[in-house]
Amino acid sequence: MVTVLDTGGVAVSASQRRWRARISRGLILWIFGFYVLAPLYAGARFALQNDNGNFSFHSVAVIPAQAGFSDAFWYSTRLALVTVIGVLVLVVPTIIYAHLRAPGVRPALEVISLLPIVFPPIVLILGFMHTAPTWLLIWPYHLAILYVVISLPFVYRSLDAGLLALDLSTLVEAGRSLGARVTTIVWRVILPNLTSALVSSVALVVALVYSEYTMASFQVTPTLPVWIAQFSMSDGHITTAAAMLSLVGAWVLLAVVLVADLGRLQWRQRRARA
Amino acid sequence: MVALAPFFVYVGLALLLPIGAIVVLALQTRSGHFTWHNMSLLTSGVYRAGFVNSLEVSLEASIIPGVIGLVVAYALASVRHPVVQRVVASASAVLANFGGVNLAFIFIAAYGTTGLTTQWLSDLGFNPWNHGFSLFNFAGIVFIYCYFQIPLMVLVVTPALAGLKSQWREAAEGLGAGAFTYWRRVGLPVLAPAILGAVLLLFGSAFSAYATAEALTSGSVALAPILIGNFLNGNVVAGQEHVGYAISVGMMIILLVTTVFYVLAQRRSQKWLRS
Repeated sequence: MVTVLDTGGVAVSASQRRWRARISRGLILWIFGFYVLAPLYAGARFALQNDNGNFSFHSVAVIPAQAGFSDAFWYSTRLALVTVIGVLVLVVPTIIYAHLRAPGVRPALEVISLLPIVFPPIVLILGFMHTAPTWLLIWPYHLAILYVVISLPFVYRSLDAGLLALDLSTLVEAGRSLGARVTTIVWRVILPNLTSALVSSVALVVALVYSEYTMASFQVTPTLPVWIAQFSMSDGHITTAAAMLSLVGAWVLLAVVLVADLGRLQWRQRRARA
Repeated sequence: MVALAPFFVYVGLALLLPIGAIVVLALQTRSGHFTWHNMSLLTSGVYRAGFVNSLEVSLEASIIPGVIGLVVAYALASVRHPVVQRVVASASAVLANFGGVNLAFIFIAAYGTTGLTTQWLSDLGFNPWNHGFSLFNFAGIVFIYCYFQIPLMVLVVTPALAGLKSQWREAAEGLGAGAFTYWRRVGLPVLAPAILGAVLLLFGSAFSAYATAEALTSGSVALAPILIGNFLNGNVVAGQEHVGYAISVGMMIILLVTTVFYVLAQRRSQKWLRS
C-alpha cells in the first residue's frame, strides 16, 4: 500500500498533484458550507412562509405581540446585565490583580476556570437548587450567579491571554516612574489596553445568557429560550422565526467580537511597526 | 491576598458548595445515613442504560465530527486567504455555541419529515426518513450534535494545524517522502496529542449536553443528563429519592477523567507546536 502510493507520487507530476489537491480542498469546503447553510436556509424559509406557502414577514412581525414574549425577552436582557456586572466586578479585577500582584495564584485560577467543564450545567443547577437559601432563590436574578460561574472558562482565557500579551511589568514600572499609583495605572494604562479582550468577553457572556436553556428551564420565570421551547407547541412558524432571530442576534454579537479582535490585531501591527 | 478573597469565596459558595452537597447526598439515605445504595442503582436498569446511551452518543458525536472537523480544518488551513479564514473562524465560533432549543427547531424545519432539506433529498430520490432516519432517536441526536461539534473541532484544531512547520514537510520531501509518508511519520505523530485533546473536548461537550436532546425529544430518551432533568422535575420513584445525585456524581467522575486527559494531551501537544 505504502510503496504503491509513494511511486504514484513520482509518476504524477508535481503540478498535477497540486491541482488535484486544490480541487479536493475546494470540494471539501463547498460541501461543508452547504452542510452548514442548508439548515439555516431551511429555517429562514420556514420562518418566512405563511400557511399557504407564500413569502411573508408575518411570523417575524407578530413575535413581539405573542403572549409572554416581551416579558421573557426583557427578563433575559436584565439577567444578561446582572451577569455582565458580576463578571466585571468580581472576575475581571481578580484576574488583573493576580497578574499584577499574585502570579502564584494563576495556576489555581486556571484550574478553577476549567471546573465548569467538569461540572455540567444540569448538575450545577441541581446542586444550587438544593444548597441556595430561600431568600436567594426568590431573588429573580439568581440565575446570574451561576451564569458568572459557567462563563469563567472563556472570560478567564480571553483576559489571561490579553494580559499576557501586554508587557505588564514594563507598563507598571513606566507608570510608577511617572508617579502614578497602581489604581491609576490599572485605570489609565491596563484597562484601555484590554478593551478588545473585555469587549469579546462581554459579548460572549451576553450570547450565553440569551441562549442558555438547561438551567433556565427549571426556573419559574421563563427566559427567552425557555419561552421559545414552550411556545413551540402553538405555532411552528413563529417558533422557528424566533429561533432564527436568536441566531442572528448571536451573529451580531460575534461580529462585535470579530471587530474587537481586528482592532487588537491592528494595534499590534502598529506597535510592531513603531 | 485579601483582594482575591471575594472571588474565591464566590467560587466556593456558587460552585464547590453545590457540587459538594451533591456528592454528600449521593451517599446518603433520605434520613441522612451513609449508603452505597444510590450509587449501586446506577449499575442496573434505566440508569445503567442512561450511562451506556450517553457514552455511546458522546463517543459517536466526538469521533465522527472529530474526523470531519479535522479534514475541514486542514482544507481551510491551506486556503491562504485571510478573509476566508476569518469568516470561517468566526462562523465556527458561533456555530460551536449554537446548540439548544434554537438548533432543535431549525433542524426540525430542515430535516423533519416535511422539512425543506428532506424534500430536496427526496427530490434527488433519497428520502432519509424512508431509510430508517429519524431526528428523534439516538442516531438523530448524534446527527444534530455533529452540527455544533464539527465547528467546535475546526475551532480547536486549527491552531494546532497552523503550528505545523513547512520546514518539516520540506525536510521530509527532501529525504524522499511522499505526502502519505509525511503524514504517517511526521504530521500525524506531531498532531496526535492535539487531535486527541480536541476529541476529548468534543466528548465532554456531547456528554454534558442537555438542551438539544431535551428540546428534540421532550425528555423521552434515556441519556444521563435527561435522567437528571426528569429527577429535577420531580419524577422520582419511591426508594430512589437520591438517585439524581448519584447520576450527577457518575457524570462528574466521567467528565473529570476526560478533563484530566484533555489537559495532559494539551500540555503534550504544546511540546512540538509552540515556539
